[in-house]
Amino acid sequence: MANAKLLQGNEACVFGALAAGVRFFAGYPITPSTEIANIFARELPKLGGKFMQMEDEIASMGAVIGASCTGVKAITATSGPGFSLKQENIGFAAEAEIPCVIIDVMRYGPSTGLPTKSSQGDFMQARWGTHGDHAIIVIAPYTAREAYRETGRAVNMSERYRIPVIILMDEILGHLRERVEFKEEDVVTVVDRKGPAPGVPYLPFEDTDDLIPPFAGFGDGYRYHITGLIHDKTGFPTNDPETINQVMRRMNGKLDRYRDEIVKVKYVDVDDADILIIAFGSVARAAEEVVRSMKKAGKRVGLLRPVTLWPFPDKEIRKAASGKKAVIVPEMNLGQMVREVERAVAGEAPIYPLNKIDGELITPHEISDLIKEIL
Amino acid sequence: MDATHKKYLRMNKLPHIWCPGCGDGTIMGSFIRAIDRLGYDKDDVAAVSGIGCSGRITGYLDFNTLHTTHGRALAFATGVKMAKPRLKVFVFMGDGDATAIGGNHLIHSCRRNIDITAIIFNNNIYGMTGGQYSPTTPRDKYATTAPYGTTDPHFDIAKLCIGAGASYVARGTSYHAKMLTDLIVAGAEHKGFSVIEIITHCPVNFGRRNELETPVDMLLWQKDHAVRMAKAEKMTADELADRFIIGELHKADIPEYVEEYDRLIERVQRGDTGRG
Amino acid sequence: MAKKNFGITVDRKICKSCGICVAFCPVSVFTTDHDDKAVVTYPEKCTGCRQCELLCPDYCIDVEEIAHG
Ligand SMILES: Cc1ncc(C[n+]2csc(CCOP(=O)(O)OP(=O)(O)O)c2C)c(N)n1
Ligand code: SF4
Ligand code: SF4
Ligand code: SF4
Ligand SMILES: [Mg+2]
Repeated sequence: MANAKLLQGNEACVFGALAAGVRFFAGYPITPSTEIANIFARELPKLGGKFMQMEDEIASMGAVIGASCTGVKAITATSGPGFSLKQENIGFAAEAEIPCVIIDVMRYGPSTGLPTKSSQGDFMQARWGTHGDHAIIVIAPYTAREAYRETGRAVNMSERYRIPVIILMDEILGHLRERVEFKEEDVVTVVDRKGPAPGVPYLPFEDTDDLIPPFAGFGDGYRYHITGLIHDKTGFPTNDPETINQVMRRMNGKLDRYRDEIVKVKYVDVDDADILIIAFGSVARAAEEVVRSMKKAGKRVGLLRPVTLWPFPDKEIRKAASGKKAVIVPEMNLGQMVREVERAVAGEAPIYPLNKIDGELITPHEISDLIKEIL
Repeated sequence: MDATHKKYLRMNKLPHIWCPGCGDGTIMGSFIRAIDRLGYDKDDVAAVSGIGCSGRITGYLDFNTLHTTHGRALAFATGVKMAKPRLKVFVFMGDGDATAIGGNHLIHSCRRNIDITAIIFNNNIYGMTGGQYSPTTPRDKYATTAPYGTTDPHFDIAKLCIGAGASYVARGTSYHAKMLTDLIVAGAEHKGFSVIEIITHCPVNFGRRNELETPVDMLLWQKDHAVRMAKAEKMTADELADRFIIGELHKADIPEYVEEYDRLIERVQRGDTGRG
Repeated sequence: MAKKNFGITVDRKICKSCGICVAFCPVSVFTTDHDDKAVVTYPEKCTGCRQCELLCPDYCIDVEEIAHG
């Protein structure tokens, strides 16, 4: 990775994915995610990888899963309406435990909404967009630099845990071009999915100690069945209540088992703060600014920034929020993350939502106004 | 069951779930005989299906099998083929699967001309959900969602695929089992997107509602209404009116998608962006 | 040239009584039993065309040529 670069958030996602070994992209153009497709189209063939513009987002998601079934690392990118279309096949990836990464550059919705305006309205959809209980991981970077690193991490987590990973960007972050200086910690290491152990019969959905069944690619000499029907450890459909219960608990249990590895939270001046802001994505940039300016004014304000949105960092939030004078949750929606914060904090501090839904970024000013009101 | 069944089917999954006399079992037999003739290594075959009675076929085939979502089998298969071109990819779909919910993927797969063999089980009905009419149910037929007869016009799948650019299109039936094997072999050997539309029968959810009481009645109907290409060429439009033609309907030699993309990679890696 | 003989077996356990083999055997080798399952009643008539094998949706039928001693 060359050092200083001028990078857009969307662009950074692509390079992070490529660094982690992604060699297949399928997508359908949609603002404000389109640059991701454009850049993959330009970069993948150079690396011998493949880019496909499919007929719609449903097909894109299907093709990504199909490619991943052969062992190739695969990714797609979209926004609002396209994210909705992908949901059924995202559920397939969750049920069949097929590694894949989905980038959703959030725009204001519902429906066609405001294609060129930012939003954080997909916070809940990213977790619960497809039907049924399922394991899924959601990551929200807040700078281009972090978008690079976190996309790499997303690919690696998906490969390691066999869980689909969603990267929630937003229009502002996706399009903001900023100078990025990559450091040692930004280097994306490559993690490959665990393969079958030699010499033992292959069970594609084996109940292994680590809860992660070994993955064999199509064409690697292991012939087995992949289905979105609830299946037993051999991969074939089952209706047996005991098996269903066991298999579904294993799959969903991966999130609990690896929770502490997956959850990533960043803190700014949290410990001795009177007031705690909890914000993610581009809103966290405004919040960071507030922390700085308030500090200058002699007020103790801290920021807790979830980089992992799901599994929700409830332990961390509860710990940080307990005893604070106020917890402020600014988000560009009508109050989605704040519900999770309320659940996590469980009455240990008063919570103040700050919601903005006009497509514009929440400004530092708006956050400091609320703080002044509270103080 | 003979050696071919034992070689290509997952014997511990049989008997299959299909109803007595259902065409799906017969088609699966014709398919494995085609694979046997093609001589493919089982490890190199990927079988991808959608959702429906027909979609259940992948559970029985001893290949790399992928049972996807309703209508989306071709999309998944496209990813499989692009990511690992050496795999021989076969896609199995129902008529609803392929032409209603999956119609978009079907026409675009035809357009791309990707080297996949698509096998469409056209039983003119939604079998799995209990007999609702499909885009291929003819006019004035009865279905659970057409209790007074259908008013929708229907698709001709083969014509649709020829129009959309598929480079090999054939039509067979579940009755002409030997011919079906020949068509699948030819479709698989053809480089490009091949469609084999199979006129088949759902005795339970189509036949019984439409005066074809038994599987035998339905097969007799196929026998009486199917006309081989050579014979059809000598028949008048009137004589062909309520019949359908079976055999190879269309074959074209046009560039195949994966090969074209591989050429692009090779060119880009040489530093040739194609813009001179 | 002597007429060829064929041994025909029906796996009664998996026969689903659909009647296809009974109807489409060109020389009516099969009849049905009380459960409508296929029974090989006139094997001597068999010409070895294998239509029954090809059409049986459940692969219950095996036709084999009997070697002459
Ligand atoms: C998104 C979605 N919509 C609807 C269904 C319900 N469904 C399952 S199979 C089917 C139709 C099957 O008909 P066809 O594709 O013709 O296959 P057949 O059963 O006749 O082989 C439908 C509507 C589904 N599984 N998924
Ligand atoms: S419902 Fe129709 S298509 Fe489905 S298995 Fe039964 S006969 Fe076959
Ligand atoms: S065709 Fe097969 S299933 Fe049907 S009656 Fe004959 S032996 Fe039985
Ligand atoms: S092989 Fe032909 S003649 Fe012999 S039993 Fe079967 S259908 Fe009848
Ligand atoms: Mg159907």
